Amino acid sequence: MGSTSAENSNTEGVGRRDLIKRSAALGLISVPTMSFLSACASSDSGSGDKAKAGKKTTKNPLGVNETAPLAVVIFDGGFGTKYATDANAQYKTAYPKAKVNFHATQKIQSELQPKFNGGTPPDLIDNSGAQQMDMGVLVGKKQLTDLTPLLDAPSIDDPSKKVRDTLRPGIVEMGQFDGAPVWIMYYAYTVYGVWYSQTALDKLDATYPETWDAMLALCEKAKKKGIAGWTYAGKYPYYLPFSLYPFIAKIGGREVLDKIDNLEPNAWKDPAVKSAFEAYYELYKKGYILQGTPGIDHIQSQTAWAKGKALFIPNGSWVENESANVIPKDFNLAVSGPTGLDSSDKMPFGTIWASGGEPFIVPAKANNPEGGMEQLRIMLSEASSKNFTSQVKSLTAYNGGTDGITLTPGLKSGVAALDKAGTNVVNPRLQDWYVKLQKEQIGVAGLGEMMAGRLTPAEAIKKIQGYADAAAKDQSIKHYKHQ
Amino acid sequence: MQHGKYRFIVGFLVAPLALYAIFVIWPFVQAIYYSFTDWTGLSPDFKMVGFANYTRMLHDDIFWKSLQHSLLFALLLPLVTLGLALFFAFMLNVGGRRRKGAAITGVRGSGFYKIAYFFPQVLSIAIVSLLFQFAYNPNDGVINGTLKAIGLGSVQPDWLGDPNLALWCVMAVLLWSTVGFFVVLFSAGMASIPKDFYEAALLDGASRATTFFKITLPLLWDTVQSGWVYMGILALGAEAFAAVQIMTVGPGGPDYSTTVLPLYVYQSAFRDANAAYATTIGVALLIVTLLFAAIVMRLGRRERLEF
Repeated sequence: MGSTSAENSNTEGVGRRDLIKRSAALGLISVPTMSFLSACASSDSGSGDKAKAGKKTTKNPLGVNETAPLAVVIFDGGFGTKYATDANAQYKTAYPKAKVNFHATQKIQSELQPKFNGGTPPDLIDNSGAQQMDMGVLVGKKQLTDLTPLLDAPSIDDPSKKVRDTLRPGIVEMGQFDGAPVWIMYYAYTVYGVWYSQTALDKLDATYPETWDAMLALCEKAKKKGIAGWTYAGKYPYYLPFSLYPFIAKIGGREVLDKIDNLEPNAWKDPAVKSAFEAYYELYKKGYILQGTPGIDHIQSQTAWAKGKALFIPNGSWVENESANVIPKDFNLAVSGPTGLDSSDKMPFGTIWASGGEPFIVPAKANNPEGGMEQLRIMLSEASSKNFTSQVKSLTAYNGGTDGITLTPGLKSGVAALDKAGTNVVNPRLQDWYVKLQKEQIGVAGLGEMMAGRLTPAEAIKKIQGYADAAAKDQSIKHYKHQ
Repeated sequence: MQHGKYRFIVGFLVAPLALYAIFVIWPFVQAIYYSFTDWTGLSPDFKMVGFANYTRMLHDDIFWKSLQHSLLFALLLPLVTLGLALFFAFMLNVGGRRRKGAAITGVRGSGFYKIAYFFPQVLSIAIVSLLFQFAYNPNDGVINGTLKAIGLGSVQPDWLGDPNLALWCVMAVLLWSTVGFFVVLFSAGMASIPKDFYEAALLDGASRATTFFKITLPLLWDTVQSGWVYMGILALGAEAFAAVQIMTVGPGGPDYSTTVLPLYVYQSAFRDANAAYATTIGVALLIVTLLFAAIVMRLGRRERLEF
């Protein structure tokens, strides 16, 4: 390139040669870019070679390949990881030839999403925490293994019983999305409801109220002593449904909740929903809600409640572990199913919401899916379950596993509440089927606004029904129905 | 010399330009491409859907609300932050009483103030947000506690829980955490303005306000302008996201009163598993940011003063 042409192009703005040069440069960039683009998200072929399944024997009913490596990823959250490493050690004892890769993280999504996209996911994942991957999408995109072989395998403790028959109610159903396949194995078992201090009630000479009139009377009594009746996680009002949904079921029967879950038209306009909303709104109107509640988060509300500033809080059984450092020794933590409206309620007092937590999944493209399921089978033995319960104060999906270990007050009360409920355990699914609808729309924009007094129950119901209708119409989300 | 010029320049530029292309330009192109698909972000299969995501976005109330809040942040926050920072910096450098030996000086203890103002900059926005979350606690937070202590027990706002206050609460936090940086930046700029200008102006009988508008501001204009762009990008991007995500109800609430574009991008991608829609909003955010920078550069164009 001679000096003259360079000078020329300087004077004329973009010269002819420059134009050609620049467009060539652009082309150089854009050509590899396009091929990169097609390579990035669509490198689906991956390493599709799975480990060969081993021989099925009585000791190895799933046919695990004894030499295949096993990769396990555990969410490192409130439950810690010890329970999982313990179970992992058992796997190593059973299959000493297998190379086991155990990894704990809080960043489930950011670490595993690229592996799913690349077709090299691990064999077992605890898909939990703030960075949980959307189950609906994983199922819809056929990324998971059907766990039915695990459920039909004999349990570790009693080979004459299938694993399926050793689980608590609702666990298997929760793992299904549409049809028979079971995609998720929920390991922890959470009891939702109204949590309170038995000691605080004793001081007021009260027992847990069974009807709404009794509830209001108790709140009035507490108010006179300067104690608020209720508080809740104001910043995350989707904690309210933990007691509100079973309350609705108690008033109108579990069909009402099923209709809501199925996003049926006018499901929220059911009279049971209206009565429940009005009852809760009355708590606000009569000033029974702790002052400032709409502006505090879950930890702050639990702390205020543990300090005795409020009697009741809607929450899940993790609260005992989460607020362990602020709950006083003589607190005598207890949980109950929601207070009913009156004697005309369709379901008896004690109706409670309980369901699985800590969802474990085996990816469809896992190298060693049998190994992943075998690890789950080990975790669902009575010994592993007891180990989990005594370590983290939570029940597991294994039905039982509480004999012979000392239970904390909250856990003991949870077991008692489940006994009292018997078959009257409800399991609303909105929070795992439609996360946005449940948390942001029903929770924050609906219930949160109503409990802060900015919406009347009628307005809240109308608003929520609008959100539910929009979700039912939205083609970008997958829809589910109760079986 | 002329002969090998291009080869010489290209030799130096090729590595940084390649890095820039791969890590900056390419993700942009990629994001724009994905906004025309239905990619979930969780599986490698997706298909082209044309402008479906864009039509959806234009009919999405929450998108418009987020955009509105983000624009408010981008316009108001730089204005208030830079205004306040200019005022503080002026007081620290030029605003003091006349003392012996120096025609102009800062207010008493300006060295201490400089450090005090800069201090929040040392804390990450996540920590600042957490601290303010406690301060805003309506139940036993510092702010309501102070109100009670001075006899205003009847005024106990819900702060972050009140849709009319929440957005301002978030802005106040961003203001608190960023103003110090600009005080230091402008102080440095002011220190390089020759003192004789001020002395001459003062001899002519100019007031402090006049010296500020006629000497300080024009000579500091370049710094103010880049500060404006920087602050605007910060208000449109990561800092605003972090503060909203950590502090607010929901987050983004109550009733969508604090939702901002980057938060909506995050929620669409990582909560709703709709990465394609998230990139669509991301493209909108890119356009807004570019427009903002272009407008500020255009409006701020002035003759450069040499001194």
